[in-house]
Amino acid sequence: MSRIYAVKDNTVENRLFTNRIIASFVVIILLTSSLVVRLVYLQIVGHEHYASMAKSNSVKIIPLVPTRGIIYDRQGKILAENTPSYSLELIPEQISNIDDTLLKLQQLLAIPDEKIELYQKQRKRQKRFTSTPLLLNMNDEELAKFAVVRPYFPGVDIHTQLVRHYPYGDLAAHVVGYVGRINETEIKELPVSEYRGTTHIGKLGIESSYESELHGKTGYAEIETNVQARSLNTLNETAPDPGANLYLTLDIDLQKTAYDALENYNGAVVAIEIKTGGVLVFASRPGFDPNPFVVGISNDAYQALQMSENQPLYNRALRGLYPPGSTIKPFIALAGLEYDAISAQQKLFCPGYYQLPGVSHKYRDWRKGGHGSVNLNEAITQSCDVYFYRLAGTLGIDHIHDFLQKFGFGEKSGIDLVGEKPGLLPSREWKREQKNRAWYPGETLITGIGQGYHQVTPLQLARATAILANKGNIVTPFLVDKIVGAHDTKPGPEIHKGVIALKSQNIDDVIAAMINVVHSERGTAKSIGRNINYQIAGKTGTAQVFNIKQNAKYNENDIDFKLRDHALFIAFAPADDPQIAVAVIAENGGHGGSVAAPIAGQVIKQFLKGHQQAQP
Amino acid sequence: MKTETRPEHFEPPSIIGTILRKLHIDIPLFIGLLLTSLLSFLILYSAGSQDMDILVRQGARVGLAFFLMTVLAHVNPYQFKRYSALLFGLGIFLLVAVLIMGQIGKGAQRWLELGLFRFQPSEMIKITTPMMIAWFLAEHPLPPKFKQLAVATLLILIPTLLIAIQPDLGTALLVASSGAGVLFFAGLSWRFMFAIVATLAALTPILWHFMRGYQRDRVLTFLNPEADPLGRGYHIIQSKIAIGSGGIYGKGWLGSTQSELDFLPESSTDFIFAVFAEEFGLFGCVGLLVLYLLIIARCLYIASQAQETYSRLLASSLAFTFFVYVFVNIGMVIGVLPVVGVPLPLISYGGTSIVTLLAGFGILMSIHTHKKRFSR
Repeated sequence: MSRIYAVKDNTVENRLFTNRIIASFVVIILLTSSLVVRLVYLQIVGHEHYASMAKSNSVKIIPLVPTRGIIYDRQGKILAENTPSYSLELIPEQISNIDDTLLKLQQLLAIPDEKIELYQKQRKRQKRFTSTPLLLNMNDEELAKFAVVRPYFPGVDIHTQLVRHYPYGDLAAHVVGYVGRINETEIKELPVSEYRGTTHIGKLGIESSYESELHGKTGYAEIETNVQARSLNTLNETAPDPGANLYLTLDIDLQKTAYDALENYNGAVVAIEIKTGGVLVFASRPGFDPNPFVVGISNDAYQALQMSENQPLYNRALRGLYPPGSTIKPFIALAGLEYDAISAQQKLFCPGYYQLPGVSHKYRDWRKGGHGSVNLNEAITQSCDVYFYRLAGTLGIDHIHDFLQKFGFGEKSGIDLVGEKPGLLPSREWKREQKNRAWYPGETLITGIGQGYHQVTPLQLARATAILANKGNIVTPFLVDKIVGAHDTKPGPEIHKGVIALKSQNIDDVIAAMINVVHSERGTAKSIGRNINYQIAGKTGTAQVFNIKQNAKYNENDIDFKLRDHALFIAFAPADDPQIAVAVIAENGGHGGSVAAPIAGQVIKQFLKGHQQAQP
Repeated sequence: MKTETRPEHFEPPSIIGTILRKLHIDIPLFIGLLLTSLLSFLILYSAGSQDMDILVRQGARVGLAFFLMTVLAHVNPYQFKRYSALLFGLGIFLLVAVLIMGQIGKGAQRWLELGLFRFQPSEMIKITTPMMIAWFLAEHPLPPKFKQLAVATLLILIPTLLIAIQPDLGTALLVASSGAGVLFFAGLSWRFMFAIVATLAALTPILWHFMRGYQRDRVLTFLNPEADPLGRGYHIIQSKIAIGSGGIYGKGWLGSTQSELDFLPESSTDFIFAVFAEEFGLFGCVGLLVLYLLIIARCLYIASQAQETYSRLLASSLAFTFFVYVFVNIGMVIGVLPVVGVPLPLISYGGTSIVTLLAGFGILMSIHTHKKRFSR
């Protein structure tokens, strides 16, 4: 080893080390002296200046917190507001016998002992003239009881504070989001001057995406205080700019219809106004009540929400990933026509299954006996799987991937909400990168009927439907229509526009088939086509559930339910002049036609009724 | 060569002295630390709005820290040397673990949850980095050759960068200086040191590029605190007012008005020196600095008396880092250095820093009380 060569010279080392110890001490003394010089400068030279700043003319700068903007739906109904919350506060200086007063208040308002103790603790930390809360969030009864005896309690008063409130509770919790107390990590990232005095910040949904607009601009007042910090006099005041009010494209009544129509199913409904891209419905069920989050949700309640098997905190419309099932068929059909892989009239025979040449595996149709000979229109109307296996096989995965990508599959829609999932649009490259495997022909076939790797969010599905209805004109969904600030009104987010080049005959053929889905005798969603004076174009879908939770409790009915397929439905209406596009996913709903389609039907019906009234 | 252990000093036997020697406690250092800690309670009581709860909590931490110091003082320095590389590796591993967990948890994370308390690997690395560098350099003749310097620099940079991206600039700075301290005491040539300083100066624009928004704000505010009186500059302005208004003699214990009025944020933690300066004035400040200097001087003395290269390097580096701690904190509070989150050692409220600091002093005591006498 190097030890042989590395003979240590102890004398040299010792001298070196001693020198360094001395040098370091000299440096330390010098640096310390520099601190002392600075202290002398501050405490002797600057003393008078700083003392005068500290003493008689103590000017305290206090932040004036702006009122948070209100969030409205498209009808002007309030989705998020600031409601007063009342607290009972005591100013010790003005109360002659504080223990006696507390005792009387305790008897009057039935205050638990812990709150009295907590108050006593807080009081000791405060100045005697500081108002300290005893009771928070007083209810009407408590308010009334105290109001009667108030003259007998000098120094005790009711204080009002604004608290964020969401009148629709769970209905729009995922879209509107909620505010909560600013936490330690957020403090670091926030602009300090803007958030002095602000206690809450948007944590989810619109509340979070539009935090800076909703928050407003903090003002401040310069207040003269005496040595004990008692406020004497306001010298100067810069008023805060209240937060901007947001007007959403969301229609809360329509949202309620969709949410209620999902009933006991977990799932999501997204509806988009095709001409603008404004989101009309953005429902995710089950929802949760956002109001407890504002005041601070208890740990138990939060755990219960987190652990719930139905995952109420999960925004299914934005982040839920589902196989598109047969709802992908209109898009595959259009791809087939555009790439000349098939003509609209060409018939393919469906014996109930399809086999790749030289492979024994049978790709089955949902109908055991098959559909016989079907053309494109019939294949979509009856949702024939074999037709689409064959079409997908002819198209190949590369064409399928490229075509579906244009409709926004596999990428974020760009909606003005944080946390959107891009979904997954499989391709050869993707599989090689992620799975390190080659793409198999069989995988192309099942992609043709919306199974396999392809995963979509309900929002993506609604958007793709809107683009189809819009004849290839790109629709970008958004939620905020206008931002009405203190000084100006701004429009919502900038919308990406574009056009997918499509032959209009091809679109017409596909749309005609989608109309037949709802309005023909053999259509899979014919139940919703009756008794309406307009036409709906739609497509049903059923997505296989391949994940069964291992730790689910054994309960025969329950397990059967969880094994049931997801029901999907996409639609737009009126077919001749499309106004609204809808996507519905009902988890474990079974068949798209019987469960998902009626939900979309209700939403469309209600929207068009209102729409026609608005445009006579 | 035959060796035997003997107590270093032959003082008249007193009960306390005997006990402390048995405990491997270095009396001068112990007295200095005790005085500073007692002073800490005095200031905390005032800065924390006379809340006894704060004192009780801090008391428990200080107790734990002194206990840990005593335990470490018992360990033979040979053991520290032996496990240097292992402990350093463990520290790096934990830092990476924390970083990955932070990534998963979507947010800055600096600690591991250990049920009863939180453990910050970055605290442990403050001590294991100089141990590692000392161990590495002690294997070779001093002053270190270029190759060893390169390796040592790399060894210092790894934990420093891992902590800097947490992001915790203050701790990163302390870790870097603890490693650099070892290099200095190992006899790094002056020419080389100037070269490094020059390089760092040249790297400043690049460092600026990688700083987070709030870190840049701090530097900008340091350069011009009046620009943002409600935000970042608030700390510095209020802190200067507090210190300056203290004058030569101070306003007396509990006489601080600025912290009482909540003019001075973080008055119990990083900015506690401002409260101290306001209440005890220039005399108090100089007194406190002298107390710190005495502790540092004792530590350097211990280093100079150490017999082994490893012990010397480690002891002197720990002493030097303690000074950096003091200098960076006070410099920040009196407005000559930018605001980095470094507490005032032994005085600021908070548990993690005091435990690490006293662990370091425990090692110093171990080095001093385990010396061997060579028989002639």
